[in-house]
Amino acid sequence: MAARKTDQAQPGSTSACRPPTTLDTLVDRTFRGLTLCFAWLTLLLIIYIFWRIGGTAIPAMHKFGISFLTSTDWDPGQGRFGILPEIWGTLYSSLLALFGGGIFGVAIAVFLTQDFLPHNVTVVLKSIIELLAAIPSVVYGLWGIFVLIPLIRPLADWLHLHLGWLPFFSTSLSGPGLFPAALVLSIMILPTVAAISQDALAAIPAKIREAAFGMGATRWESILRVFLPTASGGIFGALVLGFGRALGETMALAMLVGNSNQLTLSLFSPANTLAALLALNFPEASDYEVRVLMYAAVVLLVITFLVNVAGQLIITATLRTGGSK
Amino acid sequence: MSASPDFSRNFTDPRALKSFILSTITVGCAILACIPLFSVLAMLILRGGRRFSLELFTSLPPTAFDSGGGFGNAIVGTVVMVGIASLIAVPFGIIGAIYLAEFGPHTRIATVARFCAKTMTGIPSILAGVFAYSVVVMVTGTYSAVAGGIALSLLMLPTVMLTAEEAIQMVPAIMREAAVGMGCTPTQAMWKVVLPKAMPGIITGVMLAIARAAGETAPLLFTALFSDYWMFQGGAGDLMEPTASLAVLIYNFSGMPFENQIQLAWAASLVLVLMVFTLNILSRLIGQRKK
Amino acid sequence: MSTPQSAATTDEVVIDCRVNKIFYGNFLAVRDSHVPILKNKITGFIGPSGCGKSTVLKSINRMNDLVRSFRFEGEIRFEGQDLYAKNVDPVTVRRYIGMVFQQPNPFSMSIYENVAFGLRLARYKGDYDARVEEALKGAALWDEVKDKLKNNGMSLSGGQQQRLCIARAIATRPPVILMDEPASALDPIATRQIEELMVELKKDYTVAIVTHNMQQALRVADKTAFFAVDISRGGRTGYLVEMGDTRELFENPREALTREYLSGEFS
Repeated sequence: MAARKTDQAQPGSTSACRPPTTLDTLVDRTFRGLTLCFAWLTLLLIIYIFWRIGGTAIPAMHKFGISFLTSTDWDPGQGRFGILPEIWGTLYSSLLALFGGGIFGVAIAVFLTQDFLPHNVTVVLKSIIELLAAIPSVVYGLWGIFVLIPLIRPLADWLHLHLGWLPFFSTSLSGPGLFPAALVLSIMILPTVAAISQDALAAIPAKIREAAFGMGATRWESILRVFLPTASGGIFGALVLGFGRALGETMALAMLVGNSNQLTLSLFSPANTLAALLALNFPEASDYEVRVLMYAAVVLLVITFLVNVAGQLIITATLRTGGSK
Repeated sequence: MSASPDFSRNFTDPRALKSFILSTITVGCAILACIPLFSVLAMLILRGGRRFSLELFTSLPPTAFDSGGGFGNAIVGTVVMVGIASLIAVPFGIIGAIYLAEFGPHTRIATVARFCAKTMTGIPSILAGVFAYSVVVMVTGTYSAVAGGIALSLLMLPTVMLTAEEAIQMVPAIMREAAVGMGCTPTQAMWKVVLPKAMPGIITGVMLAIARAAGETAPLLFTALFSDYWMFQGGAGDLMEPTASLAVLIYNFSGMPFENQIQLAWAASLVLVLMVFTLNILSRLIGQRKK
Repeated sequence: MSTPQSAATTDEVVIDCRVNKIFYGNFLAVRDSHVPILKNKITGFIGPSGCGKSTVLKSINRMNDLVRSFRFEGEIRFEGQDLYAKNVDPVTVRRYIGMVFQQPNPFSMSIYENVAFGLRLARYKGDYDARVEEALKGAALWDEVKDKLKNNGMSLSGGQQQRLCIARAIATRPPVILMDEPASALDPIATRQIEELMVELKKDYTVAIVTHNMQQALRVADKTAFFAVDISRGGRTGYLVEMGDTRELFENPREALTREYLSGEFS
């Protein structure tokens, strides 16, 4: 469209309407294309990560095959590698952490969303929980070594002495071990579980709350019979994502778990996890060992990826059905 | 004729008792959960604060039986590597977020990319290190600040992208309409109106991502490794040399049998936590100002 | 400002808006409406809510392109060119057909920059100060803000914000200005000011305004288009019932439906 003159062609009052310049249009096209490229890049990046880590691990996969996952030896000198203890340690420590962090996380979510406290106190408590998540894991590791382990040793000794016949307490705590590692791990996943559970509880429509209280239910009857079941999908997703975080957490475990290749139920014996194995062996690994470690990395990647996708899907699905109610 | 119901509170009623017990347990859980935070902070102040002096920032890490020393090079290394990571992750994340939030929010690729970003938030940080190791260290043949920065950028990217997307979506539709109604191209509307309005939210996300990256250890262990020397003694080429970081220093020193090193580990933790908390609190203030 | 003789007497059609069908997804929102918009006149769009009057107005400067599922069948001719032809850039259309929205939506920048926004977009090479002053005077806002042009546009009151939006729209002197219920979010005094302003504006501009307030249409519009909702086929499809000189339409409507609406039998 050409610039047109209005009837009143006085100085300063002619139309200043102009179509966008060629440059403007060009910039617009280019920029929009660029943003599209970056959206694609996100997908390609994920694929590249998988391809790269998987690709480096392929020689080791061919060599060791499935026995890598079921063997318990780790002896670079003799070229024997197996990560069954690490897989077990990863799952065991994460489950323990999920137990602790899950109960506390959900309890705190209930505490913060169900008007137990004046608003200001709730805000402060929320900030404290969020700061808990902000502390670097290596600092938790340090704290675990010098504060937590000495602190729980008397308790562990007592449990071993009196309940030693239970497989969980069959060894004494000599320093690093599963129990302190799992304890720190539960502190670390607590904020994740608490935050997502809070979202799920806060998303309960007001009319459901009114209905529950209107029926004459006490606060806890409403929470246990109505609110928690209503938010159960989101809380379950929170637990799955917390579990995923625990599976991949590295430093606290590398510093606290004891790095011992054994299959054990005992909470007080040292153990190992996949992430800690990578952290401890990678820096000094030979070329050959690196490829073996890449295989272990693939196993960790697959496990955490599946758990995370599951958690993400659960949360998305429950939010969708929650929204349509 | 029935008696009128008794409305007064009765604490011996089993229902009230059950409520009371459950409430007590919940309060207990909340208090217990706060203890680690206060314990960590107390230890940092007590043990780290004792060593706090200017020397920490100006000296190099001590060797085994030395006394004194500091971790100035580790602070520089952390800042440099987080800087490299931000240079990669911030533009990538924001430009990607613009597509997800504005130019193609309902396209299939946007759905997929969003899902990828959410999944990436859950990828263990050590695997970011493994990836950077195979892409950079194995190719260049050396541990380096660049490798460490790339590993950290993978951890920052999803946070930046997802918070930026949310911030852009929060810009009221009437702002967007006003810009488009004036005859802005979509790009002009984005740069002149939407992005300025979304900026506090975007900065909040970036700062949270930086805070997280600064504290990460696992991805640096075998990408940047560690160094006992100052960076940039040999010019910018030092970016391709092994590089110290606060987090790795804490990890290394925590396992040493020397009191001096352990004290330094606590002091380094204090510095690191101060950095991380400052970023967190700043981002929170910026986030609040936008409301 | 001059009042040109010719504009007051001729009935030159600036925008010839012929809607056959407007869809949102599978939902037929508007059908069969022909609304010619005359030069230097105010054309009012009235009708019950959901009758598609805003949809038609927003189709004129292609604002509806923002709605993902929007589909337009028909043609809107601006000085002969079809705005929905394939080679038309909607961005260009919006630069020639300005718009004022229901909610005042000034940008979060200074009053001056708000008004200069369109000029900068058009890479105007003249005297910005003069243009900004002229636009603010045109929007009857100059006296209130001339000493605080640096203040943020959001700091003004609702009525002032809406006049700022009008100033922003007229700064480039677009031939046509569309207004979508511009006074609905304002108090009666601010509404009065906006209405007086519209009558002032038509000396220089062609204005089309959507309003749900019949009295407002009667006060300001030269021509009025009455839309209604057709629920006969199961949907809620808006359509043009009749259009004519405002006074004529209000005093002597051709259609029974119009008479019922004007007498308040439904809304």
